[in-house]
Amino acid sequence: MTAILVKNLNKYYDNGFKALSNINLEIKKGEIFALLGPNGAGKSTLINIICGINKKKDGEITVFGHDIEKNYKMARSKIGLVPQEIATDSFEKVIDTLKFSRGLFNKKSSTEYLEKVLKSLELFKKRNQQIRTLSGGMKRRVMIAKAMSHEPNILFLDEPTAGVDVELRQSLWKNLYDLKKNGVTIFLTTHYIEEAERLADRVGIIHQGEILMVEKKDKILEKLGDKRVIITINKTSKNLKNILIKYNYQKKKNKLIFSLDLKNNRNSVSDLFKDLINNSISFYDVEIKKNNLEEIFLKLIDQ
Amino acid sequence: MNIKGIVAIYKYEMSRTFRTFGQSIASPVLSTALYFIVFGSAIGSRIGEIDGVNYSSFIVPGLIMLTVLTQSLSNASFGIFFPKFSGTIYEVLSAPISPFEITTGYVTAATTKSVIVGSIILITSTFFVDLNIKYPFEMFCLLILICLTFSLFGFIIGVWANDFQRIQLIPSFVITPLTFLGGSFYSISMLPEIWQKISYFNPIVYLISAFRWSFYGEEEIDLYISITTIFIFLFACLLTIHFIFKTGYRIKS
Repeated sequence: MTAILVKNLNKYYDNGFKALSNINLEIKKGEIFALLGPNGAGKSTLINIICGINKKKDGEITVFGHDIEKNYKMARSKIGLVPQEIATDSFEKVIDTLKFSRGLFNKKSSTEYLEKVLKSLELFKKRNQQIRTLSGGMKRRVMIAKAMSHEPNILFLDEPTAGVDVELRQSLWKNLYDLKKNGVTIFLTTHYIEEAERLADRVGIIHQGEILMVEKKDKILEKLGDKRVIITINKTSKNLKNILIKYNYQKKKNKLIFSLDLKNNRNSVSDLFKDLINNSISFYDVEIKKNNLEEIFLKLIDQ
Repeated sequence: MNIKGIVAIYKYEMSRTFRTFGQSIASPVLSTALYFIVFGSAIGSRIGEIDGVNYSSFIVPGLIMLTVLTQSLSNASFGIFFPKFSGTIYEVLSAPISPFEITTGYVTAATTKSVIVGSIILITSTFFVDLNIKYPFEMFCLLILICLTFSLFGFIIGVWANDFQRIQLIPSFVITPLTFLGGSFYSISMLPEIWQKISYFNPIVYLISAFRWSFYGEEEIDLYISITTIFIFLFACLLTIHFIFKTGYRIKS
């Protein structure tokens, strides 16, 4: 089932700057979708348009089949948004700000549900504290709790872990997994590639307002992810030269770094080892590295 | 209709008022009490009667207007400006709540605050003057209508304002002078003829005239003209707000 459908979306600002160019995107129910892109690529603009904060120039967007303009109430009722900036009334209590958010979405008051959200985000003990007394990480959790307060089907997180320490980041990732388990569709933007690599089912890459690629994360890695085999040899042997002719490699001191094309030859790793053993080349360390999303991302935006 | 959304905005705005009780309610009451002491008791005792009403009593409707007009403007403008300034507006804009419902939440809260302040000033005035309100029901309806109209106007200012200075611009440089010159402390008939004519271009004159009528049964300007003027202003504000949400002016980029 399609959760979000974006067709031929364009966005120009008043100064003529084209923020989004012919965006087409389909997000499936229950998936975690990560949109990667450098600063100013158009990630936040896309989220803000879907959520009703920014206006679109043209194109069509539906949320669970509801047009975001013609049937905006139905569309927005499905969405929870965690914006990039922490924006709260500092003097409000945590529980009150959640009640406010729930009310805005026309949901019947439910202390039980809100307490459940607070507990899941480890905020329960802080529920009667003013937001200004919380740490930055805790404030970030309050933002997520606010977005969850009306039981959304889709959660948008705009760079949710920007400026957050490692411990909190991992705990937030766990929260997102739990939400996914409960059937919530998650759309997150990030420029932490590791985040997309860890969390996402599918990844989109956006650059200068254009979507360059949308693919299952594993497929992107498979498609573009060459493997590198780093071998540390004991000493240079005569036979080595014969072997090296066949491979694309770099030599750094006593380390040989082979780039293997797994797309065309799935046996390339075993072939390399066979060659090394048959030619009596001894080595004492082997490291196999997959190209990660970061390298793929940089490769794509450089093109 | 998103009633719970309207209530959420209303409750949030009211809680902000009570959180800043001194600033929101006590301060206008204190300044009005000072007006009564200076203009009512000290100077007023030497002026005598205007249109058959003791001067101290005569200024009560004008003083209430002076406060509620600026209160309505500042409450409503700050109510919508602050979320814009702090970024929390994102939540209202992304919620399933219509422009009408958003406006209703903010404006009814601002109106309530102003009516509370106006009522407190009225009660305060009874400590200084003897008040016999001729048409109390009409007085209360007019108070609500005027507070509502100026809260709508304040909402527009809050949307238009890009910084804190602009929030203060219209209340300080337009409304307060017009209220002072609109017959708060004197009768328009006391002015030279040319100034009387100029005063008729001041919309506040009509508000004060109608409001004073509800107290003492005497109007300087025909009551129907005054009420029509208030309604014209109210509809002009509604139209402007409709335009704001339709175009996203200073709310959506």
